[in-house]
Amino acid sequence: MEVLLSVLVGAFFAAAIYLILSKHSVRMLLGIAILGNAVNLLIFTGGRLTREVPPIIGKGLDALPPGTANPLPQALILTAIVISFSFFAFLLVLTYRAYQELGTDNTDEMRLAEPKDDPMPPLGY
Amino acid sequence: MAATTSTPVDLSAALVMTPTALADWLVVLPPALMIGLGAVLMMLRHRIRLHGPIAIAGLALLVLIDALLLWKVLAEGPVTMVMGRWLPPFGIAFSVDVFGAVMALVSAVVALAAAVAALSDISDSGLRYGFFPFLLLLMAGVSGAFLTGDIFNLYVWFEVLLISSFGLLILGSEREQIDGAMKYAVLNLLGTTFFLIAVGYLYAVFGTLNMADLVLKVRSASGAPLMTLSALFILAFAMKAAAFPVNFWLPASYHTPRITVSALFGGLLTKIGIYALLRVMVMLFPLQTEELSLVVAVVAALTMVLAALSMIAQNDLRRLAGYAVIAGIGNMMAGIAIGSVAGLSGAIFYALHSILAMTALYLVIGRAAALTGQWTLQSIGGIYARQPGFAFVSLALFFAVAGLPPFSGLWPKIVLVKASLDIGAWWLAGSILLSGFLSTIALGRVFLFAYWRPAAVPLAVPARLDWRAFGPILALVLLITGFGLFPEWPLALSQQAAGGLLDPSAYIGSVFPTGGAQ
Repeated sequence: MEVLLSVLVGAFFAAAIYLILSKHSVRMLLGIAILGNAVNLLIFTGGRLTREVPPIIGKGLDALPPGTANPLPQALILTAIVISFSFFAFLLVLTYRAYQELGTDNTDEMRLAEPKDDPMPPLGY
Repeated sequence: MAATTSTPVDLSAALVMTPTALADWLVVLPPALMIGLGAVLMMLRHRIRLHGPIAIAGLALLVLIDALLLWKVLAEGPVTMVMGRWLPPFGIAFSVDVFGAVMALVSAVVALAAAVAALSDISDSGLRYGFFPFLLLLMAGVSGAFLTGDIFNLYVWFEVLLISSFGLLILGSEREQIDGAMKYAVLNLLGTTFFLIAVGYLYAVFGTLNMADLVLKVRSASGAPLMTLSALFILAFAMKAAAFPVNFWLPASYHTPRITVSALFGGLLTKIGIYALLRVMVMLFPLQTEELSLVVAVVAALTMVLAALSMIAQNDLRRLAGYAVIAGIGNMMAGIAIGSVAGLSGAIFYALHSILAMTALYLVIGRAAALTGQWTLQSIGGIYARQPGFAFVSLALFFAVAGLPPFSGLWPKIVLVKASLDIGAWWLAGSILLSGFLSTIALGRVFLFAYWRPAAVPLAVPARLDWRAFGPILALVLLITGFGLFPEWPLALSQQAAGGLLDPSAYIGSVFPTGGAQ
């Protein structure tokens, strides 16, 4: 099961990197969304996978029954999901505004902050 | 522990049974105070006249708290407090040693200076947009990152300060800001994601996230993919610190926001990357850091020399300051690559100097632009004739940034050059000196054109000094001069901080007082 998920994580990372290397900001955004999920899946797999014993202490017991799932990776993933979701929402709005204001989604043409014809500093006093 | 019968549970095996000492609350107070005040300011978002006074009072309190914390740490050694009274390594621990406390204190000083400078720089619409709440939340992230003892928690604080920095960066929603923010946001997000990947692997290998616990487990680890982990951490933190091959987001974005925001970013954000690099690499992976030291040294040398060359090539003063920030990062990474107590204390001293000097540099440039209405070397001029006092303070700062005596930039460079000569890395020492020389040329030329050259368009009568803008600059430059004239105190602090990183037994002792919980 872990092997299968590892392959899946690798496929996610490959797709994410391919999309992020694109020039177009929307594709980059999709790549970032997949990258976030790839990391979440990675943490999930890293926490070891077990079947069907939820990490809940039953009535009348003091400790977890043996073979329970590790709850900590799930807590970590939950944190990471919330963070990556909020970042994705911000980036979505930012990209939309960038498209509106700059009139392009091609990052090669986003040269407003660093213009190509930036003049040289004065060469003599 | 797999008891299935209902016996009374021994809680003392999992919980701290004694109530937390009142003085230990100091450890969590900086981020808690900043988040609380940030929330209060958000509730008062329509009453923008209140924002400035509340934020400045809060940041002054933060300086006081951090100073108390440093004093406590110096007197008693590292202090640890756990959340929810869970014993480490189960609960999230806040552990502060000399290194964390001194970085937090200097950052708070800089944030206070920037908040005062913001009074004359940020317009009403900027205030309504939420400059001060974002500033306080940014400081929550910064303080939390310096004080936490849990590596996943460090990632969370990274994200807190990152999302606040997005808000500050696009304050004003100008087209250039949106362009700069695109690059800043995407690349910084990728950097923190690399960090998260490394944390995920770290947890998969060791099953713990507490840094003190990790130090012990990494020492006794065999067969773990530590080299891969170290390389991932170095890539992630180098991206945050803007080291050479992954630094292009910084000059693309740092010149676009309001100058006070640039000052905060230039002073604080990249230094968090350096802090994390020192904390995680030097403390957790000393052997791997040593193995990778040649890579880090080459990156450091390239960063500082190329950034100093880029400083010379810039016409826009704010972009020049951005490359000055990167040149400093090269110096700090050189200290990490050297790895001895001398090298690390040089890096820490340089970080303290750089936090103060880079904030002051951006504020000075903002002031120069406010006096002349120009941002570029082509067109700026005549400041000396207009305000000789301000010109004098600026020159002192330029000397400090370039590393000339008698200011604070000199001493860490001496320490670093000596430390690199001691290990025979003459080329590293040479690149530190070359980078300093090139920075001197670039900043000397700024003084020549912006201050000495008469203005192209004659400026009006000598301008009145605006103390809200000039006061913070003067305070920072006085601090820098003080560090330069009396370097023993910051140097001793840096050495103590570096010693604590190389031999973290006191840090571990504060997290595990009984030495248990292996």
